[in-house]
Formats: sequence, structure tokens, C-alpha cells
Amino acid sequence: MVTYSLVEFGGFVTTLVGGLRALFQKPFRANLILKEMESIGVNSTIIIMLTGSFTGAVLALQSGKAFRLFNAEGLTGAVVALSLLRELGPVMTALMVAARCGSAMAAHIGTMRVTQQIDALEVMAVNPISYLISPRIIAGFVMVPLLSIVFNILGILGAYLISIHLLEINEATFFDKIQAYVKTEDLWNGFMKAACFGVIISVVGCRKGFLTEGGAEGVGKATTDAVVIASVTILVSDYFLTALMF
Amino acid sequence: MKDERPILEIRNLRRTFGEQQVLKGVNLKVPRGQITVIIGGSGCGKSVLLKHIIGLLKPDEGSILLDGKDLVTMEPEPLKEARMRFGMLFQDAALFDSMNVYENIAFPVREHRKMKEGDLANLVKEKLLQVGLPNTEIKYPSELSGGMRKRVGLARAIVLNPEIILYDEPTTGLDPIMSHAIDDLIVATQKALNGTTIIISHDIRATVRIANKVAMLHHGAIVAEGTPEEMMRHANPVVREFLESGITKVPTSAR
Repeated sequence: MVTYSLVEFGGFVTTLVGGLRALFQKPFRANLILKEMESIGVNSTIIIMLTGSFTGAVLALQSGKAFRLFNAEGLTGAVVALSLLRELGPVMTALMVAARCGSAMAAHIGTMRVTQQIDALEVMAVNPISYLISPRIIAGFVMVPLLSIVFNILGILGAYLISIHLLEINEATFFDKIQAYVKTEDLWNGFMKAACFGVIISVVGCRKGFLTEGGAEGVGKATTDAVVIASVTILVSDYFLTALMF
Repeated sequence: MKDERPILEIRNLRRTFGEQQVLKGVNLKVPRGQITVIIGGSGCGKSVLLKHIIGLLKPDEGSILLDGKDLVTMEPEPLKEARMRFGMLFQDAALFDSMNVYENIAFPVREHRKMKEGDLANLVKEKLLQVGLPNTEIKYPSELSGGMRKRVGLARAIVLNPEIILYDEPTTGLDPIMSHAIDDLIVATQKALNGTTIIISHDIRATVRIANKVAMLHHGAIVAEGTPEEMMRHANPVVREFLESGITKVPTSAR
């Protein structure tokens, strides 16, 4: 099991290095990067807004009620904002993107593999790594942090609505406490975490797709593996990144 | 003067997958400007051999010489140049299903040549006409039949006018009439490009009809080679049996 995990990890590092190296080879595929950014980022915005606002709302509801027990409900805003910026924003965004786009990457590239489309690329003297993998790594790296910001904003908005209108917390206190406790570095650290998660999602999704074998069943397995491995890696690496950053 | 040197020469090619030795020392010379068909039963290593020729697989041993230069040991950049001399039609055409017919055929041109969009459109139109599928530019591969996909695949393979065209089982999965049409298309394409054609096939009927040279791969090695007529009279009974079985199975009306 340990050997297997290490070999897998080594494989992902190889994919990452290969993908980054291919980025510097001609031609530079700006239009493919933009297309992937649209697929990962723009097309995920609605689902991220939806999950973000409800995550913020439920956090406010739970923590607001708990804080009320010892008359500290004024802290609700700060607690929600801190949890979102440091942890829930990047992690939840990454998990949603892993489920939505990591799976799609594995399925798309995996189908291309089993129907010989990747072989066709090679035969046409097109490097499949620079064509399929590099643009997705860059798109993940750029778009997941941006999505996490959308998640955070909507989360805090959701918390605001619940706190002010349902829990009847003073509006000024709500924002005052956020300002008092949340620091710019919380935002930056969350941002960097999300960027790391974005790379993880793309590398895992692409590698699993790229190494697919065994027809339709193989594509199914690659897709499942991509989501499971990406999600677990996100949660595990989150611990280590947090330990390093905070 | 006609160049008599073989365009492609395979020397002692060996490849093992796990325990199984698939290629056990293949030797073959592919004559320039002719149609060479490599025949053999299922699982004899035909597709593996083709993947070696095009560089998708690396052999354990042996060399593949393209005009005397070894593709096996070639650096990535010259290998890329060498690959540009090949065009390949895959068994299931391997069209990019996220692109329509036009984009599929335009793909190699956009990757390797600088061409104005208007000229490109004309080129795609010309190639589609050449394979007998005019006005299908905006269709997607999923909307095409098996035979049409192969034609589009061929149009994509020849769009950069390659010197060598490889066909992997070009008639597998097609009805006899469509198979016949594809055979004719292979011959017409060969004449139009004046290049070299290599076909991997177990379709004996087509082989006899269009091949200049036939080589039989059996248990990972070339056991016989010659013109179709020579092969029919070959001393090796395995070769004769293989050729005869292929011909008797097909009704004469389909020929």
C-alpha cells in the first residue's frame, strides 16, 4: 500500500513536471488555456456561488446559536469569515471543482486515450502533454483561487443575511468583528492553498485520464479514481499546508 | 530515375510485453512508391508492428530505418520532422470528437503550417472532395457512419501530403461495398500523392486486389513476402492456406 502510494505520488510529480516543461515549448497554446479556464472557472461559478452562500449561511446559523449561549453572538461574522477564508473557501471550492472538472478531465482524456485520439495527436507530431495537460494545469492554478474568492464572498453574504435578519445580530458589530479579527494574510494563505488544490485537481485528473486502459470500463475507473484521489489529496495536503502557513 | 532504395527498412525488430514476446525479429523492406500490405491473423502482432513504425512504441531491440535514418534512436526534434512524413488512418479513424469534420482536417495544418483561413478552407474542401465526402464540413464525427469516419480520417491523414500513408485495418467493420470503395480510395490516394502506402490488414480479398507487395506476419516474424501472385503459390502451406481461406470466404460477386 505504501509502495503503491509512493509510486502514484511519483507519477503525479512526473506529470506535473512534464506539464510545466511542455508549457515552455512552442507553440504557446493561449487559446486552449483560455478554453480550459472557461471550463474550470466560468462554468463552475454558479455551483460555487450556490454552495458558498449556503455554507456561509449554515455556519452563521450554527455558530450564531452557539455563541448566543454565552452572549457572544457578535463574533459570528468573524468566525464565519475566518473559517471561510482560511479553510472552507479553498477546500470546499476545490472539492466541488474536483467533482465537477477533475472527473470531466479524466473522462475526456481517458476517452481520447481508448479511442486512439491521443495516438493520433502523437502521429500528427503534436505533443499530447502540451496539448492536453499543460493548459489544464495552468487553468486549475489560476481559476480555483478565483473561485474560492467567489465562494468566500457569497459565504460571507449568506452569513450576513442569516445573522442580521434571522439571528438579529447588530450589523455594525458583525462587520466590526470581521475587521478586527480577519487579516490580509488569511486571505492570501487561503488563496495560495486554493492554487495548490487547483494544480492537484488538474494533475490527478489528467494523469488518470492519460493512463486509462480498457475501454469504457477503464474510463469509468479513471474518472472515479480521479475524484477520489484528488479529494483525499486535497484534504491531506490541506493539513500540511495549514501547518506550514499558520 | 526511379529511386530503388526501400523508403523504410525494418531490421530485427523485437518487442516483449511482460512474458509474451510479440515481435520476434521482424525484417522487412518497404519499397518506395508502392502499396505494401502486411497480413496476418488476429494477435500476430500486426498492430504492434505498425505502432513501432510510427514511433508510438519503442522496440526492445532492432531498428526502423526511414531513408537510412534510425527512427528508434532519433532525438525528439528530428523524430517530429520524420513523423511529418507519415500520415496514418487509424482503425476507428480516431477523429477528435470534440471537433467537427472541418476542424479535424484543418488540425494538422493549423499545428504545422501557417495558412490563411481562406486557403485552409479551400484545402479542406479539396481533400473532402478527394475522399468523396463533399459538403460535410460542419458535421461532427458522432453524426457520421463508420465508412464516412474513415474517409474523414483519411482526409486528415493526407492533408499535409505525406510521403508514407499507414492504414490500420482500413476495411474492418465495413460492409463489402463500402470496403470496396475504401480500397479504391486507397489506390486513388496512392496515385494522387505518388507516395508509399503501408496497410495492415487481414482482408485478403482487398490485399490481392490492390497490393504491389505482400508480407505475412506470423507468430511475430515475417514468414513470407512477395507479390500477391507469388504469395498464392508460396511453398509455405501456412501462407497459402491463409490467403486461400480469405478468398474463398468472400463471394465472388463482391470482388
